[in-house]
Amino acid sequence: MKRLAVALTLAVIALFMASLLVGPAGVGLSESLSALFRGDGGPLTLVMREIRLPRALLAVMIGASLGLAGAAMQGYLRNPLAEPGLIGVSGSAAFGAVLAIHTGLSAAFALGLPLMALAGALLGVLLVMLLAGPGGTSLTLILAGIAVSSLAGSLTSLVLNLSPNPFAANEIVFWMMGSLADRSMAHVWLALPLMLVGWGLLALLGRGLDALTLGEDAAEAMGVGLRGLRLKLVIGTACVVGAGTAVAGAIGFVGLVVPHILRPLVGARPSRLLWASTLGGAAMVLAADIAVRVVLPARDLKLGVLTALVGAPLFLHLILKQRRERI
Amino acid sequence: MTNLTLSRLSVTLRRREVFRDVSLSIGGGEFVGLIGPNGSGKTTLMRAALGVLPHDGTSSLARLSPSRRARTVAWMPQAREIAWPVSVEDVVMLGRLPHLGTGQRPSANDRAHVDKALSRMELDDMRHRAATRLSGGEQARVLIARALAQDTPILMADEPVAGLDPAHQISTIRSFGKLAESGKCVLVSLHDLGLAARHCTRILMMGDGGIVADGPPRDVLTPDRLAHVFGITAWYRDTDQGPVCQPLEVIR
Repeated sequence: MKRLAVALTLAVIALFMASLLVGPAGVGLSESLSALFRGDGGPLTLVMREIRLPRALLAVMIGASLGLAGAAMQGYLRNPLAEPGLIGVSGSAAFGAVLAIHTGLSAAFALGLPLMALAGALLGVLLVMLLAGPGGTSLTLILAGIAVSSLAGSLTSLVLNLSPNPFAANEIVFWMMGSLADRSMAHVWLALPLMLVGWGLLALLGRGLDALTLGEDAAEAMGVGLRGLRLKLVIGTACVVGAGTAVAGAIGFVGLVVPHILRPLVGARPSRLLWASTLGGAAMVLAADIAVRVVLPARDLKLGVLTALVGAPLFLHLILKQRRERI
Repeated sequence: MTNLTLSRLSVTLRRREVFRDVSLSIGGGEFVGLIGPNGSGKTTLMRAALGVLPHDGTSSLARLSPSRRARTVAWMPQAREIAWPVSVEDVVMLGRLPHLGTGQRPSANDRAHVDKALSRMELDDMRHRAATRLSGGEQARVLIARALAQDTPILMADEPVAGLDPAHQISTIRSFGKLAESGKCVLVSLHDLGLAARHCTRILMMGDGGIVADGPPRDVLTPDRLAHVFGITAWYRDTDQGPVCQPLEVIR
Protein backbone atom coordinates (compact mmCIF):
# COMPACT_ATOMS: atom_id res chain seq x y z
CA MET A 1 0.00 0.00 0.00
CA LYS A 2 2.81 2.37 0.92
CA ARG A 3 4.62 1.45 -2.27
CA LEU A 4 1.59 2.46 -4.33
CA ALA A 5 1.32 5.80 -2.50
CA VAL A 6 5.01 6.53 -3.12
CA ALA A 7 4.83 5.47 -6.78
CA LEU A 8 1.75 7.60 -7.47
CA THR A 9 3.21 10.63 -5.67
CA LEU A 10 6.47 10.34 -7.61
CA ALA A 11 4.51 10.02 -10.86
CA VAL A 12 2.52 13.18 -10.08
CA ILE A 13 5.70 15.14 -9.22
CA ALA A 14 7.52 13.94 -12.35
CA LEU A 15 4.57 14.69 -14.61
CA PHE A 16 4.12 18.12 -12.98
CA MET A 17 7.75 18.98 -13.78
CA ALA A 18 7.34 17.64 -17.30
CA SER A 19 4.21 19.74 -17.75
CA LEU A 20 6.18 22.85 -16.76
CA LEU A 21 8.86 22.05 -19.33
CA VAL A 22 6.76 21.13 -22.36
CA GLY A 23 5.74 23.94 -24.66
CA PRO A 24 6.34 25.65 -27.96
CA ALA A 25 9.23 27.66 -26.50
CA GLY A 26 11.86 24.96 -26.11
CA VAL A 27 13.74 25.97 -22.98
CA GLY A 28 16.17 23.95 -20.90
CA LEU A 29 15.36 22.47 -17.50
CA SER A 30 17.56 24.64 -15.27
CA GLU A 31 16.84 27.74 -17.27
CA SER A 32 13.08 27.46 -17.02
CA LEU A 33 13.10 26.50 -13.34
CA SER A 34 15.28 29.46 -12.41
CA ALA A 35 12.98 31.69 -14.42
CA LEU A 36 10.01 30.28 -12.52
CA PHE A 37 11.48 30.63 -9.02
CA ARG A 38 13.84 33.58 -9.19
CA GLY A 39 11.92 35.67 -11.67
CA ASP A 40 14.04 38.17 -13.53
CA GLY A 41 10.98 39.84 -15.01
CA GLY A 42 11.96 38.67 -18.49
CA PRO A 43 9.68 36.98 -21.03
CA LEU A 44 10.66 33.49 -19.82
CA THR A 45 9.46 34.25 -16.29
CA LEU A 46 6.20 35.45 -17.79
CA VAL A 47 5.82 32.24 -19.80
CA MET A 48 6.59 30.07 -16.79
CA ARG A 49 4.49 31.94 -14.25
CA GLU A 50 1.51 33.05 -16.33
CA ILE A 51 1.14 30.24 -18.86
CA ARG A 52 2.77 26.98 -17.83
CA LEU A 53 2.39 27.10 -14.05
CA PRO A 54 -1.37 27.70 -14.02
CA ARG A 55 -1.78 25.02 -16.66
CA ALA A 56 0.15 22.44 -14.63
CA LEU A 57 -1.57 23.45 -11.39
CA LEU A 58 -5.01 23.21 -12.96
CA ALA A 59 -4.17 19.78 -14.37
CA VAL A 60 -3.26 18.54 -10.88
CA MET A 61 -6.30 20.14 -9.25
CA ILE A 62 -8.81 18.96 -11.83
CA GLY A 63 -7.31 15.49 -12.12
CA ALA A 64 -7.27 15.03 -8.35
CA SER A 65 -10.85 16.30 -8.15
CA LEU A 66 -12.16 13.97 -10.83
CA GLY A 67 -10.32 10.96 -9.43
CA LEU A 68 -11.47 11.62 -5.86
CA ALA A 69 -15.07 12.38 -6.81
CA GLY A 70 -15.18 9.32 -9.08
CA ALA A 71 -13.93 7.02 -6.33
CA ALA A 72 -16.40 8.51 -3.84
CA MET A 73 -19.32 8.24 -6.27
CA GLN A 74 -18.50 4.62 -7.15
CA GLY A 75 -18.12 3.79 -3.47
CA TYR A 76 -21.43 5.38 -2.51
CA LEU A 77 -23.42 3.85 -5.36
CA ARG A 78 -21.49 0.56 -5.09
CA ASN A 79 -21.22 0.57 -8.83
CA PRO A 80 -17.98 0.65 -10.85
CA LEU A 81 -19.76 2.44 -13.70
CA ALA A 82 -20.59 5.53 -11.66
CA GLU A 83 -18.75 8.76 -12.39
CA PRO A 84 -18.78 12.28 -10.95
CA GLY A 85 -20.88 13.67 -13.82
CA LEU A 86 -23.72 11.38 -12.76
CA ILE A 87 -25.32 13.92 -10.43
CA GLY A 88 -25.70 16.43 -13.25
CA VAL A 89 -23.22 19.03 -11.97
CA SER A 90 -20.87 18.96 -14.95
CA GLY A 91 -23.83 19.17 -17.34
CA SER A 92 -25.36 22.15 -15.60
CA ALA A 93 -21.96 23.87 -15.24
CA ALA A 94 -21.43 23.41 -18.97
CA PHE A 95 -24.86 24.94 -19.62
CA GLY A 96 -23.93 28.00 -17.56
CA ALA A 97 -20.69 28.38 -19.49
CA VAL A 98 -22.40 27.98 -22.84
CA LEU A 99 -24.92 30.63 -21.86
CA ALA A 100 -22.02 32.95 -20.99
CA ILE A 101 -20.50 32.42 -24.44
CA HIS A 102 -23.83 32.88 -26.16
CA THR A 103 -24.71 36.12 -24.39
CA GLY A 104 -21.24 37.56 -24.92
CA LEU A 105 -20.57 37.70 -21.17
CA SER A 106 -17.42 35.63 -21.61
CA ALA A 107 -16.06 38.15 -24.09
CA ALA A 108 -17.04 41.10 -21.87
CA PHE A 109 -14.87 40.07 -18.92
CA ALA A 110 -12.40 37.29 -18.35
CA LEU A 111 -14.04 35.42 -15.49
CA GLY A 112 -17.56 35.78 -16.86
CA LEU A 113 -17.56 32.25 -18.23
CA PRO A 114 -16.29 30.38 -15.16
CA LEU A 115 -18.57 32.40 -12.88
CA MET A 116 -21.61 31.60 -15.00
CA ALA A 117 -20.54 27.95 -15.05
CA LEU A 118 -20.36 27.94 -11.23
CA ALA A 119 -23.83 29.47 -11.08
CA GLY A 120 -25.04 26.69 -13.38
CA ALA A 121 -23.39 24.04 -11.19
CA LEU A 122 -25.00 25.52 -8.06
CA LEU A 123 -28.42 25.54 -9.72
CA GLY A 124 -27.90 21.96 -10.87
CA VAL A 125 -26.90 20.63 -7.46
CA LEU A 126 -29.80 22.44 -5.76
CA LEU A 127 -32.18 20.88 -8.25
CA VAL A 128 -30.69 17.42 -7.69
CA MET A 129 -31.00 17.73 -3.90
CA LEU A 130 -34.56 18.99 -4.24
CA LEU A 131 -35.50 16.09 -6.50
CA ALA A 132 -33.70 13.40 -4.51
CA GLY A 133 -35.02 14.63 -1.15
CA PRO A 134 -33.19 14.50 2.17
CA GLY A 135 -33.60 10.76 2.79
CA GLY A 136 -34.15 8.24 0.06
CA THR A 137 -31.88 5.62 -1.40
CA SER A 138 -28.96 5.87 -3.79
CA LEU A 139 -31.37 5.07 -6.62
CA THR A 140 -33.31 8.32 -6.17
CA LEU A 141 -30.02 10.23 -6.34
CA ILE A 142 -29.12 8.56 -9.66
CA LEU A 143 -32.56 9.27 -11.11
CA ALA A 144 -32.45 12.91 -10.00
CA GLY A 145 -28.94 13.21 -11.48
CA ILE A 146 -30.06 11.76 -14.81
CA ALA A 147 -33.04 14.13 -14.90
CA VAL A 148 -30.87 17.21 -14.24
CA SER A 149 -28.17 16.02 -16.68
CA SER A 150 -30.59 15.58 -19.51
CA LEU A 151 -32.33 18.87 -18.75
CA ALA A 152 -28.99 20.70 -18.80
CA GLY A 153 -28.00 18.82 -21.96
CA SER A 154 -31.17 19.77 -23.79
CA LEU A 155 -30.86 23.41 -22.72
CA THR A 156 -27.27 23.43 -23.99
CA SER A 157 -28.52 22.04 -27.30
CA LEU A 158 -31.18 24.74 -27.37
CA VAL A 159 -28.54 27.47 -26.99
CA LEU A 160 -26.50 25.87 -29.79
CA ASN A 161 -29.66 25.65 -31.89
CA LEU A 162 -30.38 29.34 -31.44
CA SER A 163 -26.79 30.54 -31.76
CA PRO A 164 -26.71 33.58 -34.05
CA ASN A 165 -23.80 32.51 -36.25
CA PRO A 166 -21.55 29.51 -36.92
CA PHE A 167 -18.63 31.13 -35.10
CA ALA A 168 -20.55 31.33 -31.84
CA ALA A 169 -21.63 27.71 -32.24
CA ASN A 170 -18.04 26.78 -33.03
CA GLU A 171 -16.74 28.46 -29.90
CA ILE A 172 -19.33 26.70 -27.77
CA VAL A 173 -18.53 23.29 -29.23
CA PHE A 174 -14.79 23.77 -28.76
CA TRP A 175 -15.23 24.98 -25.20
CA MET A 176 -17.32 21.93 -24.35
CA MET A 177 -14.51 19.61 -25.42
CA GLY A 178 -12.51 20.68 -22.38
CA SER A 179 -9.04 22.19 -22.38
CA LEU A 180 -6.38 23.69 -20.12
CA ALA A 181 -4.80 25.88 -22.78
CA ASP A 182 -4.53 29.63 -22.12
CA ARG A 183 -5.73 29.50 -18.53
CA SER A 184 -4.36 32.03 -16.04
CA MET A 185 -3.64 32.12 -12.33
CA ALA A 186 -7.03 33.84 -11.95
CA HIS A 187 -8.61 30.52 -12.94
CA VAL A 188 -6.52 28.74 -10.32
CA TRP A 189 -7.58 31.15 -7.58
CA LEU A 190 -11.21 30.89 -8.64
CA ALA A 191 -11.28 27.10 -8.53
CA LEU A 192 -8.99 26.43 -5.58
CA PRO A 193 -11.18 27.53 -2.62
CA LEU A 194 -14.16 25.51 -3.86
CA MET A 195 -11.98 22.51 -4.56
CA LEU A 196 -10.42 22.68 -1.09
CA VAL A 197 -13.91 22.59 0.45
CA GLY A 198 -14.89 19.69 -1.82
CA TRP A 199 -11.71 17.71 -1.14
CA GLY A 200 -12.23 18.18 2.58
CA LEU A 201 -15.81 16.88 2.41
CA LEU A 202 -15.00 13.92 0.17
CA ALA A 203 -11.94 12.91 2.20
CA LEU A 204 -14.23 12.43 5.23
CA LEU A 205 -16.25 9.73 3.49
CA GLY A 206 -13.79 6.81 3.69
CA ARG A 207 -15.17 5.14 6.79
CA GLY A 208 -18.79 5.37 5.66
CA LEU A 209 -17.96 4.11 2.17
CA ASP A 210 -16.13 1.11 3.66
CA ALA A 211 -19.21 0.26 5.74
CA LEU A 212 -21.45 0.67 2.67
CA THR A 213 -19.63 -2.29 1.11
CA LEU A 214 -22.11 -4.37 3.13
CA GLY A 215 -25.18 -2.44 1.95
CA GLU A 216 -27.12 0.55 3.26
CA ASP A 217 -28.91 -1.34 6.04
CA ALA A 218 -25.75 -2.87 7.50
CA ALA A 219 -23.87 0.42 7.21
CA GLU A 220 -26.61 2.29 9.07
CA ALA A 221 -26.60 -0.32 11.82
CA MET A 222 -22.82 0.15 12.13
CA GLY A 223 -23.40 3.77 13.04
CA VAL A 224 -22.96 5.40 9.63
CA GLY A 225 -25.32 8.33 9.10
CA LEU A 226 -26.44 7.81 5.52
CA ARG A 227 -28.07 11.24 5.17
CA GLY A 228 -24.94 13.07 6.24
CA LEU A 229 -22.83 10.85 4.02
CA ARG A 230 -24.94 11.58 0.99
CA LEU A 231 -25.04 15.30 1.68
CA LYS A 232 -21.24 15.43 1.97
CA LEU A 233 -20.90 13.39 -1.22
CA VAL A 234 -23.24 15.56 -3.27
CA ILE A 235 -21.91 18.91 -2.02
CA GLY A 236 -18.28 17.76 -2.21
CA THR A 237 -18.69 16.44 -5.74
CA ALA A 238 -20.55 19.57 -6.79
CA CYS A 239 -17.72 21.78 -5.45
CA VAL A 240 -14.88 19.94 -7.15
CA VAL A 241 -16.61 19.04 -10.41
CA GLY A 242 -18.41 22.37 -10.71
CA ALA A 243 -15.16 24.29 -10.19
CA GLY A 244 -13.27 21.97 -12.55
CA THR A 245 -15.84 22.25 -15.33
CA ALA A 246 -16.03 26.01 -14.85
CA VAL A 247 -12.33 26.54 -15.55
CA ALA A 248 -11.60 23.72 -18.01
CA GLY A 249 -14.82 22.46 -19.58
CA ALA A 250 -15.99 18.87 -19.46
CA ILE A 251 -13.16 16.36 -19.12
CA GLY A 252 -14.65 12.91 -19.31
CA PHE A 253 -13.57 9.40 -18.41
CA VAL A 254 -11.01 10.36 -15.75
CA GLY A 255 -13.46 9.92 -12.87
CA LEU A 256 -14.62 6.63 -14.34
CA VAL A 257 -11.36 5.00 -15.44
CA VAL A 258 -8.93 6.00 -12.68
CA PRO A 259 -10.80 4.38 -9.75
CA HIS A 260 -11.37 1.34 -11.94
CA ILE A 261 -7.66 0.92 -12.71
CA LEU A 262 -6.54 1.46 -9.13
CA ARG A 263 -9.20 -0.63 -7.37
CA PRO A 264 -7.33 -3.96 -7.59
CA LEU A 265 -4.17 -2.27 -6.31
CA VAL A 266 -5.76 -1.14 -3.02
CA GLY A 267 -7.53 -4.41 -2.20
CA ALA A 268 -10.81 -2.86 -3.42
CA ARG A 269 -11.22 -0.95 -0.12
CA PRO A 270 -13.28 2.19 -0.91
CA SER A 271 -11.47 4.28 1.72
CA ARG A 272 -8.03 3.53 0.29
CA LEU A 273 -9.31 4.09 -3.22
CA LEU A 274 -10.12 7.71 -2.30
CA TRP A 275 -6.51 8.84 -1.89
CA ALA A 276 -5.17 6.51 -4.56
CA SER A 277 -7.66 7.87 -7.12
CA THR A 278 -6.85 11.45 -6.11
CA LEU A 279 -3.20 10.91 -7.00
CA GLY A 280 -4.03 8.74 -10.01
CA GLY A 281 -6.44 11.31 -11.43
CA ALA A 282 -3.85 14.09 -11.09
CA ALA A 283 -1.27 11.91 -12.89
CA MET A 284 -3.68 11.02 -15.68
CA VAL A 285 -4.78 14.59 -16.43
CA LEU A 286 -1.17 15.86 -16.26
CA ALA A 287 -0.11 13.12 -18.69
CA ALA A 288 -3.02 13.80 -21.03
CA ASP A 289 -2.35 17.54 -20.98
CA ILE A 290 1.31 16.90 -21.86
CA ALA A 291 0.20 14.57 -24.63
CA VAL A 292 -2.07 17.15 -26.29
CA ARG A 293 0.92 19.49 -26.50
CA VAL A 294 3.31 16.86 -27.81
CA VAL A 295 1.13 14.85 -30.23
CA LEU A 296 -0.31 17.65 -32.35
CA PRO A 297 1.40 20.84 -31.17
CA ALA A 298 0.08 22.93 -34.02
CA ARG A 299 -3.56 21.83 -33.93
CA ASP A 300 -4.77 22.63 -30.37
CA LEU A 301 -5.94 19.11 -29.62
CA LYS A 302 -8.53 19.33 -26.83
CA LEU A 303 -7.80 17.66 -23.49
CA GLY A 304 -11.32 16.24 -23.09
CA VAL A 305 -11.08 14.64 -26.52
CA LEU A 306 -7.82 12.95 -25.64
CA THR A 307 -8.97 11.63 -22.24
CA ALA A 308 -12.03 10.14 -23.91
CA LEU A 309 -9.94 8.70 -26.77
CA VAL A 310 -7.52 7.05 -24.35
CA GLY A 311 -10.10 6.31 -21.66
CA ALA A 312 -12.65 4.45 -23.75
CA PRO A 313 -10.33 1.68 -25.04
CA LEU A 314 -8.72 1.38 -21.61
CA PHE A 315 -12.14 0.93 -20.11
CA LEU A 316 -13.08 -1.67 -22.72
CA HIS A 317 -9.89 -3.56 -21.93
CA LEU A 318 -10.75 -3.58 -18.23
CA ILE A 319 -14.27 -4.82 -18.93
CA LEU A 320 -12.92 -7.65 -21.09
CA LYS A 321 -10.41 -8.58 -18.41
CA GLN A 322 -13.10 -8.61 -15.77
CA ARG A 323 -15.33 -10.74 -17.99
CA ARG A 324 -12.57 -13.31 -18.43
CA GLU A 325 -12.10 -13.48 -14.66
CA ARG A 326 -15.78 -14.04 -13.99
CA ILE A 327 -15.97 -17.18 -16.13
CA MET B 1 -26.13 -7.24 30.75
CA THR B 2 -27.95 -5.15 28.16
CA ASN B 3 -31.49 -6.19 27.36
CA LEU B 4 -33.52 -5.65 24.23
CA THR B 5 -36.84 -4.16 25.31
CA LEU B 6 -39.70 -3.27 22.99
CA SER B 7 -42.81 -1.64 24.28
CA ARG B 8 -45.96 -1.21 22.21
CA LEU B 9 -43.91 -1.14 19.04
CA SER B 10 -46.07 -0.61 15.93
CA VAL B 11 -45.11 -0.13 12.31
CA THR B 12 -47.25 1.13 9.46
CA LEU B 13 -45.67 1.12 6.02
CA ARG B 14 -47.48 2.76 3.09
CA ARG B 15 -50.68 2.91 5.13
CA ARG B 16 -50.58 -0.86 5.70
CA GLU B 17 -50.21 -1.83 9.31
CA VAL B 18 -47.49 -4.48 9.49
CA PHE B 19 -47.86 -5.16 13.23
CA ARG B 20 -49.03 -3.28 16.27
CA ASP B 21 -48.35 -3.15 20.00
CA VAL B 22 -45.48 -5.60 20.19
CA SER B 23 -44.04 -5.59 23.69
CA LEU B 24 -41.31 -7.93 24.77
CA SER B 25 -37.99 -8.10 26.51
CA ILE B 26 -35.03 -10.31 25.69
CA GLY B 27 -32.29 -10.68 28.24
CA GLY B 28 -28.70 -11.86 28.14
CA GLY B 29 -28.28 -15.61 27.73
CA GLU B 30 -31.45 -16.02 25.67
CA PHE B 31 -31.34 -17.46 22.16
CA VAL B 32 -34.60 -16.32 20.61
CA GLY B 33 -35.90 -17.64 17.30
CA LEU B 34 -38.30 -15.37 15.42
CA ILE B 35 -40.60 -17.44 13.22
CA GLY B 36 -43.60 -16.61 11.07
CA PRO B 37 -44.84 -16.97 7.50
CA ASN B 38 -43.52 -14.78 4.69
CA GLY B 39 -44.84 -11.24 5.05
CA SER B 40 -45.70 -11.61 8.73
CA GLY B 41 -43.28 -8.80 9.59
CA LYS B 42 -40.18 -10.53 10.98
CA THR B 43 -37.71 -8.32 9.12
CA THR B 44 -39.79 -5.22 9.77
CA LEU B 45 -39.90 -5.99 13.50
CA MET B 46 -36.12 -6.34 13.69
CA ARG B 47 -35.46 -3.21 11.63
CA ALA B 48 -37.93 -1.19 13.70
CA ALA B 49 -36.30 -2.49 16.89
CA LEU B 50 -32.98 -1.20 15.52
CA GLY B 51 -34.57 2.15 14.82
CA VAL B 52 -33.85 2.23 11.09
CA LEU B 53 -37.59 2.24 10.28
CA PRO B 54 -40.17 4.83 11.35
CA HIS B 55 -42.24 3.33 14.16
CA ASP B 56 -44.57 4.06 17.07
CA GLY B 57 -43.84 2.87 20.58
CA THR B 58 -40.35 2.47 21.94
CA SER B 59 -37.36 0.21 21.46
CA SER B 60 -34.41 0.30 23.81
CA LEU B 61 -32.05 0.20 20.81
CA ALA B 62 -33.72 2.92 18.76
CA ARG B 63 -33.24 5.34 21.66
CA LEU B 64 -29.45 5.02 21.56
CA SER B 65 -27.24 7.30 19.51
CA PRO B 66 -26.12 5.66 16.22
CA SER B 67 -22.55 5.12 17.42
CA ARG B 68 -23.66 3.79 20.81
CA ARG B 69 -26.17 1.50 19.12
CA ALA B 70 -23.44 0.16 16.84
CA ARG B 71 -21.50 -0.92 19.92
CA THR B 72 -24.63 -2.46 21.48
CA VAL B 73 -26.14 -4.46 18.66
CA ALA B 74 -24.74 -6.23 15.60
CA TRP B 75 -27.23 -6.52 12.74
CA MET B 76 -27.05 -8.99 9.88
CA PRO B 77 -29.51 -8.03 7.13
CA GLN B 78 -31.08 -10.73 5.00
CA ALA B 79 -29.58 -9.37 1.77
CA ARG B 80 -26.04 -10.66 1.65
CA GLU B 81 -24.34 -7.79 0.02
CA ILE B 82 -20.59 -7.51 -0.52
CA ALA B 83 -20.16 -4.79 -3.12
CA TRP B 84 -16.41 -4.94 -3.82
CA PRO B 85 -13.90 -7.79 -4.11
CA VAL B 86 -12.37 -7.02 -0.70
CA SER B 87 -10.59 -9.78 1.21
CA VAL B 88 -12.50 -11.89 3.74
CA GLU B 89 -10.32 -10.45 6.49
CA ASP B 90 -11.18 -6.89 5.46
CA VAL B 91 -14.92 -7.66 5.46
CA VAL B 92 -14.72 -9.10 8.96
CA MET B 93 -12.62 -6.11 10.07
CA LEU B 94 -15.55 -3.86 9.05
CA GLY B 95 -17.26 -5.22 12.17
CA ARG B 96 -14.67 -3.35 14.21
CA LEU B 97 -15.58 0.03 12.62
CA PRO B 98 -17.93 1.05 15.46
CA HIS B 99 -15.07 0.58 17.93
CA LEU B 100 -12.60 2.69 15.98
CA GLY B 101 -12.41 6.46 16.06
CA THR B 102 -12.19 8.42 12.82
CA GLY B 103 -8.87 7.67 11.16
CA GLN B 104 -7.85 5.25 13.92
CA ARG B 105 -6.06 2.10 12.79
CA PRO B 106 -7.14 -1.34 14.04
CA SER B 107 -5.27 -2.31 17.21
CA ALA B 108 -4.01 -5.74 18.27
CA ASN B 109 -7.26 -6.14 20.18
CA ASP B 110 -9.28 -5.50 17.02
CA ARG B 111 -7.18 -8.06 15.14
CA ALA B 112 -7.71 -10.58 17.91
CA HIS B 113 -11.50 -10.15 17.61
CA VAL B 114 -11.25 -10.63 13.84
CA ASP B 115 -9.10 -13.76 14.23
CA LYS B 116 -11.53 -15.21 16.75
CA ALA B 117 -14.53 -14.54 14.51
CA LEU B 118 -12.74 -16.04 11.50
CA SER B 119 -11.82 -19.25 13.30
CA ARG B 120 -15.28 -19.50 14.84
CA MET B 121 -16.81 -19.51 11.35
CA GLU B 122 -14.05 -21.82 9.99
CA LEU B 123 -12.75 -19.16 7.61
CA ASP B 124 -9.07 -19.22 8.55
CA ASP B 125 -7.82 -20.61 5.26
CA MET B 126 -9.90 -18.19 3.15
CA ARG B 127 -8.98 -15.01 4.99
CA HIS B 128 -7.00 -13.55 2.09
CA ARG B 129 -9.43 -14.50 -0.67
CA ALA B 130 -11.76 -11.94 -2.26
CA ALA B 131 -15.12 -12.26 -0.50
CA THR B 132 -17.05 -11.82 -3.75
CA ARG B 133 -15.44 -14.93 -5.28
CA LEU B 134 -16.72 -17.23 -2.53
CA SER B 135 -19.88 -19.32 -2.80
CA GLY B 136 -23.15 -18.01 -1.37
CA GLY B 137 -22.86 -20.15 1.75
CA GLU B 138 -19.26 -19.11 2.34
CA GLN B 139 -20.25 -15.46 1.95
CA ALA B 140 -22.99 -15.97 4.55
CA ARG B 141 -20.38 -17.28 6.97
CA VAL B 142 -18.12 -14.30 6.24
CA LEU B 143 -20.98 -11.93 7.06
CA ILE B 144 -21.77 -13.81 10.28
CA ALA B 145 -18.10 -13.52 11.22
CA ARG B 146 -18.35 -9.80 10.51
CA ALA B 147 -21.28 -9.52 12.95
CA LEU B 148 -19.38 -11.59 15.56
CA ALA B 149 -16.33 -9.33 15.25
CA GLN B 150 -18.52 -6.37 16.20
CA ASP B 151 -18.52 -7.96 19.69
CA THR B 152 -21.80 -6.50 20.92
CA PRO B 153 -23.99 -7.66 23.82
CA ILE B 154 -26.94 -8.03 21.42
CA LEU B 155 -26.90 -9.86 18.08
CA MET B 156 -29.74 -9.73 15.57
CA ALA B 157 -29.68 -11.71 12.33
CA ASP B 158 -32.28 -11.98 9.58
CA GLU B 159 -32.37 -15.54 8.24
CA PRO B 160 -28.66 -16.15 8.75
CA VAL B 161 -28.78 -19.85 7.81
CA ALA B 162 -30.84 -19.61 4.60
CA GLY B 163 -28.83 -21.14 1.78
CA LEU B 164 -26.31 -22.95 3.94
CA ASP B 165 -25.69 -26.70 3.71
CA PRO B 166 -27.01 -28.79 6.65
CA ALA B 167 -23.66 -29.04 8.41
CA HIS B 168 -23.10 -25.30 8.27
CA GLN B 169 -26.73 -24.60 9.22
CA ILE B 170 -26.25 -26.62 12.39
CA SER B 171 -22.80 -25.26 13.21
CA THR B 172 -23.94 -21.67 12.57
CA ILE B 173 -27.00 -22.04 14.80
CA ARG B 174 -24.79 -23.69 17.42
CA SER B 175 -22.38 -20.78 17.38
CA PHE B 176 -25.29 -18.39 17.91
CA GLY B 177 -26.37 -20.67 20.77
CA LYS B 178 -22.89 -20.56 22.29
CA LEU B 179 -22.89 -16.76 22.08
CA ALA B 180 -26.16 -16.75 24.02
CA GLU B 181 -24.69 -19.16 26.57
CA SER B 182 -21.80 -16.77 27.03
CA GLY B 183 -24.33 -14.14 28.14
CA LYS B 184 -25.23 -12.35 24.92
CA CYS B 185 -28.76 -11.67 23.81
CA VAL B 186 -29.43 -13.29 20.42
CA LEU B 187 -32.44 -12.75 18.16
CA VAL B 188 -32.53 -14.70 14.91
CA SER B 189 -35.32 -15.03 12.36
CA LEU B 190 -35.67 -18.52 10.92
CA HIS B 191 -37.83 -20.48 8.52
CA ASP B 192 -36.57 -23.87 9.65
CA LEU B 193 -38.91 -24.93 12.45
CA GLY B 194 -36.75 -27.98 13.17
CA LEU B 195 -33.66 -25.87 13.86
CA ALA B 196 -35.72 -23.42 15.90
CA ALA B 197 -37.25 -26.18 18.04
CA ARG B 198 -33.95 -27.87 18.61
CA HIS B 199 -31.62 -24.96 19.36
CA CYS B 200 -33.53 -21.88 20.47
CA THR B 201 -34.27 -21.31 24.15
CA ARG B 202 -37.32 -19.23 23.28
CA ILE B 203 -39.48 -18.75 20.22
CA LEU B 204 -41.46 -15.72 19.09
CA MET B 205 -44.15 -16.58 16.56
CA MET B 206 -45.43 -13.74 14.37
CA GLY B 207 -48.77 -13.64 12.61
CA ASP B 208 -52.07 -11.73 12.59
CA GLY B 209 -50.21 -8.40 12.81
CA GLY B 210 -48.34 -9.11 16.00
CA ILE B 211 -46.73 -11.72 18.20
CA VAL B 212 -49.11 -14.68 18.57
CA ALA B 213 -46.96 -16.78 20.87
CA ASP B 214 -43.86 -16.31 22.98
CA GLY B 215 -42.20 -19.00 25.07
CA PRO B 216 -40.12 -22.18 25.01
CA PRO B 217 -40.32 -24.16 21.72
CA ARG B 218 -42.53 -26.90 23.15
CA ASP B 219 -45.17 -24.36 24.27
CA VAL B 220 -45.12 -22.32 21.06
CA LEU B 221 -44.99 -25.00 18.36
CA THR B 222 -48.39 -26.52 19.12
CA PRO B 223 -50.46 -28.16 16.36
CA ASP B 224 -53.21 -25.52 16.71
CA ARG B 225 -50.86 -22.58 16.28
CA LEU B 226 -48.94 -24.17 13.42
CA ALA B 227 -52.25 -24.84 11.68
CA HIS B 228 -53.57 -21.35 12.32
CA VAL B 229 -50.43 -19.30 11.59
CA PHE B 230 -48.56 -21.40 9.01
CA GLY B 231 -51.41 -23.57 7.69
CA ILE B 232 -49.41 -26.76 8.16
CA THR B 233 -49.40 -29.90 10.24
CA ALA B 234 -46.20 -30.93 11.97
CA TRP B 235 -44.79 -33.75 14.00
CA TYR B 236 -43.34 -32.56 17.32
CA ARG B 237 -41.74 -34.86 19.91
CA ASP B 238 -39.30 -34.49 22.76
CA THR B 239 -37.02 -37.41 21.86
CA ASP B 240 -34.03 -38.70 23.78
CA GLN B 241 -31.92 -36.74 21.24
CA GLY B 242 -33.70 -33.48 21.95
CA PRO B 243 -36.88 -31.93 20.53
CA VAL B 244 -37.77 -32.71 16.89
CA CYS B 245 -40.20 -30.67 14.82
CA GLN B 246 -40.88 -31.82 11.29
CA PRO B 247 -43.47 -30.00 9.13
CA LEU B 248 -45.70 -32.51 7.31
CA GLU B 249 -48.62 -31.29 5.19
CA VAL B 250 -50.29 -28.08 4.02
CA ILE B 251 -53.84 -27.90 5.31
CA ARG B 252 -55.30 -24.95 3.42
